[in-house]
Amino acid sequence: MNKKSYLPFIRIVKISERSGKDTIKIRLVAFALALAAGGLFTLFLGYNPLELYGTIISGAFRSKMAFQATIRFMVPLLMSSLGVVLAFKMKFWNIGAEGQIIAGAVCASYFALFHDTWPHFLLLLVMFIAGALGGGLWGLIPAYFKSKFDTNETLFTLMLNYIALHVITYLRDGPWKDPGSSGFPKIARFAPNAQLDKVLGVHFGWIIALLLVVLVFIYLKYTKHGYEISVVGESKSTARYAGMNVKKIILRTMFISGSICGITGMIQAAGSDMTLASSVAGGVGFTAIIVSWLAYLNPFGILLVSFLFSILEKGSSVMQSTYGLSTYFASVLQGIILFFILGCEFFIRYKFVLGKKGGR
Amino acid sequence: MFVKFLSAAVFAGTPLLFGTTGEIMNEKAGHLNLGVEGMMAMGACAGFMAGFFYDSIIIALLAAFLAGMLGALIYALLTITFMANQNVTGLTLSIFGVGICNFVGEFMLLNSPSNTLKLPEHITAQISNLNIPGLSTVPVFGPLLFQYNIFVYLAALIALICGIYYNHTKTGLNVRAIGENPGAADAAGIKVTKLKYINLLVGGGICGLGGAYCSMIINGGVWMNNPVNGQGWIAVALVIFASWKPYRAIFGSFIFGAFSILKYYFPKTIISLPNAFYDMLPFIITALVLVITSIRKSKENQQPASCGVNYYREER
Repeated sequence: MNKKSYLPFIRIVKISERSGKDTIKIRLVAFALALAAGGLFTLFLGYNPLELYGTIISGAFRSKMAFQATIRFMVPLLMSSLGVVLAFKMKFWNIGAEGQIIAGAVCASYFALFHDTWPHFLLLLVMFIAGALGGGLWGLIPAYFKSKFDTNETLFTLMLNYIALHVITYLRDGPWKDPGSSGFPKIARFAPNAQLDKVLGVHFGWIIALLLVVLVFIYLKYTKHGYEISVVGESKSTARYAGMNVKKIILRTMFISGSICGITGMIQAAGSDMTLASSVAGGVGFTAIIVSWLAYLNPFGILLVSFLFSILEKGSSVMQSTYGLSTYFASVLQGIILFFILGCEFFIRYKFVLGKKGGR
Repeated sequence: MFVKFLSAAVFAGTPLLFGTTGEIMNEKAGHLNLGVEGMMAMGACAGFMAGFFYDSIIIALLAAFLAGMLGALIYALLTITFMANQNVTGLTLSIFGVGICNFVGEFMLLNSPSNTLKLPEHITAQISNLNIPGLSTVPVFGPLLFQYNIFVYLAALIALICGIYYNHTKTGLNVRAIGENPGAADAAGIKVTKLKYINLLVGGGICGLGGAYCSMIINGGVWMNNPVNGQGWIAVALVIFASWKPYRAIFGSFIFGAFSILKYYFPKTIISLPNAFYDMLPFIITALVLVITSIRKSKENQQPASCGVNYYREER
């Protein structure tokens, strides 16, 4: 062999398999490092990170009210994460959860605002269906173009987010404007008849969310549909050779994914905001992507991660009132955590090899 | 009136042009970076704060560029070296960047005596619109060509240089080869990793400059939270509208700038449309462009083939 043959100083080598124990260890180390990095950042700003983290955790649990608020943060995050996970399993980059949440909320709000004399149970049921249909159809648009023309779904769903957002501002400034409001235009508060009932102090959305965890888990793991989704996700050609109708699977899955997000919007509007606000999604659709990725697309993992994230959200609002620090700390820390987890995946699958020793 | 409209369109399109050029540099190297919004936000924060403390446009621009680059470095490290998923990494970068921008902004507001942050006089003069005696006052051409601030010229210049780089230099063509087929480029002796890093970092820096425009110009030198406000996302979409060509990005940005200010200029006497419709327009048009380009599938106007797929040398 030529003596001068080029060998880089550091090489990347694939590891055949790491044990499950090692994998968990690496991920925990990454998580700890992320918290340390976030702490370092606050230390740099002149705060004691341990105190801040302490405030966040105690802030989320300090009272029954605080814990209920944490759960209220968690419901939309958990549900929309469950929604996007279906699309992600299929490697359909649905970053339009935000828009689908809004679409669902808008459709449900129509009934809440204009048919609030209907019997309570019927009204909520109709709102629920309207939310699911609205979100589902909003999700179906990019899916249709993806399956038909291979239109880039990442950007398409993103654009639909903004279009949906401006639909709300249109309704707020125009047809649905509350004539009774002075100052900034807003949409009227829902009548009590159109609001979700509370169970244990929190609107019953949390029960639906928990049910969905189980349903999505079963759907993905034990049904034919779930199997088809994972095959399409692995390889569309394989799916096609196996005789699957890829187009139909994409459309169906995105409809379900959008529906779950749409129901999230309905629950958020009727359970939490009690009106249709332009902040009904409020970035939850984006955070949902981080959540589902951190949970490795596992519904029970999503339950855990979204719980952790809502502690972070609620805790950082307490941190704001205590230290004056912005609640954006939550998104900074969420970002850092995912950066580290994304980075650590590499060390699970590959390793660096130093020096010149040949062979793999 | 029309001249005023055109010049306002240029002003509104400038941050988009920075973002679009930066993203083109990413995508040409094969990386679909959804973190433009985040890198712009980081640049916005760093640029404004540096300008606020050092009262110098050079330092502000440098800080914005470096901050954008820092965001890009996180992305590059994770996607090039650690081969993490590009979509997720980019999205996280956006959430992280916007978060840190607003977090630091609020932190500075909290620690400022009057609870406001306003750029000092010296730098305000430096970033105000040009006034070249004899040229700026020429009717029509004056306002259209010689009455902008330094950012506008910088943005156009960067886009032009970027166009020359990708069309007429060897390195630029090499980068394009990487974007199309990194394996083949590697086999041809092109240093894939190094060129990817350079392009992503410089692209991120350019995005940072666009962010500085948002925070320093748009709100008249007063710090407002969330200065970038979705412009980075439009920039990502504009790349498609410009079909990955820096020259077209210049026109595309100004066209989108025009859309974003249309509601202030469109004669209400002809058709009176709700404001929300105008706000929606850029996004609707982008969505249409997406659909039309995907239907037409012209060979020239396609995304670089390897865009979104990480390159692992040992697997080629």
